[in-house]
Amino acid sequence: MNQKEILFDYILHLADNSMIIGQRNAEWCGHGPVLEQDIALTNISLDLIGEARSLYQYAAEIKGGGATEDSLPFLRDVLQYRNLLLVEQPNTDWAYTIVRQFFFDVYHYYLNKMLIEHSNDTRLKEIASKTIKEATYHLKWSSEWMIRLGDGTDISKSKMQTAVEELWDFTGELFLESATEQAAAQAGFGISPSSIESYWREKVAEILEEATLTIPEKGFAQKGGKTGIHSEHLGYILAEMQFMQRAYPNLEW
Amino acid sequence: MTNKEWPLWEVFIRAKQGLNHKHVGSLHAADYQMAIENARDVYTRRLEGVSIWVVESKYIHANEPSEQDALFDPASDKIYRHPTFYVLPEELNHM
Amino acid sequence: MEINLEEQFQKRIDEEVKIEPRDWMPEKYRKTLLRQISQHAHSEIVGMLPEGNWITRAPNLRRKVALLAKVQDEAGHGLYLYSAAETLGMSRDEMLEELHTGKAKYSSIFNYPTLTWADMGAIGWLVDGAAIMNQVPLCRTSYGPYARAMVRVCKEESFHQRQGYEIMLTLCKGSEEQKAMAQDALNRWWWPSIMMFGPNDDNSPNSAQSMKWKIKRFSNDELRQKFVDVTVAQAEILGLTIPDKDLKWNEARGHYDFGAINWDEFNNVVAGNGPCNKQRLKARVDAWEKGAWVREAATAYAEKRAKREKNKIEAA
Ligand SMILES: [Fe+2]
Ligand SMILES: [Fe+2]
Repeated sequence: MNQKEILFDYILHLADNSMIIGQRNAEWCGHGPVLEQDIALTNISLDLIGEARSLYQYAAEIKGGGATEDSLPFLRDVLQYRNLLLVEQPNTDWAYTIVRQFFFDVYHYYLNKMLIEHSNDTRLKEIASKTIKEATYHLKWSSEWMIRLGDGTDISKSKMQTAVEELWDFTGELFLESATEQAAAQAGFGISPSSIESYWREKVAEILEEATLTIPEKGFAQKGGKTGIHSEHLGYILAEMQFMQRAYPNLEW
Repeated sequence: MTNKEWPLWEVFIRAKQGLNHKHVGSLHAADYQMAIENARDVYTRRLEGVSIWVVESKYIHANEPSEQDALFDPASDKIYRHPTFYVLPEELNHM
Repeated sequence: MEINLEEQFQKRIDEEVKIEPRDWMPEKYRKTLLRQISQHAHSEIVGMLPEGNWITRAPNLRRKVALLAKVQDEAGHGLYLYSAAETLGMSRDEMLEELHTGKAKYSSIFNYPTLTWADMGAIGWLVDGAAIMNQVPLCRTSYGPYARAMVRVCKEESFHQRQGYEIMLTLCKGSEEQKAMAQDALNRWWWPSIMMFGPNDDNSPNSAQSMKWKIKRFSNDELRQKFVDVTVAQAEILGLTIPDKDLKWNEARGHYDFGAINWDEFNNVVAGNGPCNKQRLKARVDAWEKGAWVREAATAYAEKRAKREKNKIEAA
């Protein structure tokens, strides 16, 4: 891959993460446990999809040839998607959704912080500077829910512990450096994920402790998302998300 | 366990620096932290505010509507509290 | 004494003085309002479902965020309205209980399915359009908290109808297939939309009292006529045909005449036999029941924390 292709691939990775978790959260709209939280999660979803749009726009400019903020999310298939396995996991229940969001928020927060501090790409820095404000709020919101439900009732605690354990397997991938990430870090516009691992572990440990939840023993790290080898869930997410563009190609909506 | 309803909170928002907090509505939340965040999500989605106060509704006390006349009418004839009560010469223009 | 109070109350209404929660009000006024506001709130949150059905399938990202924000606004409207209703002495949980057990009604329009993307256009244009027609006069309704909630709602509604109409416009400027999709959506949503204004005036027994109390400012038929009059021109711009062969400008009346409404269908849907009544209610009940442990846990945590903070203060 040349520099341009690496940058493109790296941006797609960032964009796909926010797109897919935003899409997952959007599934909740109208079905939340209480009206106020329905609205809260939708706000988060809107932030994340908004971030994905900025990134797709940037990626489309790099790619050229008529690529748009829509052609990238709507016309790529599973193998070309670069998101983490974590974000494509199903909503399952409010506990899973919160734990998934929390694990992602910690990662998302530090990643964007690092991009602002270290990236040599002005555009990426700009997008990250906007994202960090949103990510800060998301992290506050999901941390509080982790604590509230972990330290709530026996039922909520056990649901949260289960979710933590099952989703833990997907957190190893966060820090496994892909070839693109390595090249992006080397070129100076990207961040090596290993550089945020200790921050992530520290924050997660802190919140889980306050939530009276137990950190799982090091489990097996499922991986592949960053290079296009996804779980079966992503195919269904895309089938739904891309339905209109696939059924009625090349039209304006 | 019987499900207790989350308490009701009244929300006050400062639209911009320099203005009073103004009552905008209410919402349900389990605690004040959640109430502030909910207020942010519910009542400031269109840049309506820069600062939020929440008060649990049960702590708001109000006068009895039946006392309205006794409380507020006596102010109506104290016109000497208003600047226009005082007649000054035209030349003085702005005072 | 009672008569006197009631006369005074009516006098305040006639003088356009707003009624506030702690003011004396006739029990029937309170009940009428409570029923109307809670039904209105239920309509907002059940109304999230037909459009929510397309959020994950929106054809592009611009449409996706607009629809998501729109459906979220409806949640907000429900919330403002429940809050207004709560000032009349019923808790939100009690109101939800009435919705979930089928005791309370919500707008029948939401018992129709959303089958194609064009339905997002038709709903925004027609359903939100009809809702706005209903809601604007409610900003001046006699009960303060309701009027204030409606001011907020109306401010937010303005983008809903525009985004719906824009969807229709894009479809109508698009391919034959897209235009057909738009026409089909208009065909399916037109009659339910004009039914949204409720029964004809001579069939609406409570209307007169509501008008006298200035809860309502216009009759069902007046609002319906207004809606038809403005919508015809909007359909013409789109190049779509309103599915009513009797629709015709009446020079003498200065209004459009339109065909007879099928009230049997309306009553049937109100009675619970619309295509989606069961599905909609089930979705609401499921969300509520599946959320029970979450709400309980948050309460338990808040209590624990309050206790801990209290202990801390006492220990200090
Ligand atoms: Fe609404
Ligand atoms: Fe609306």
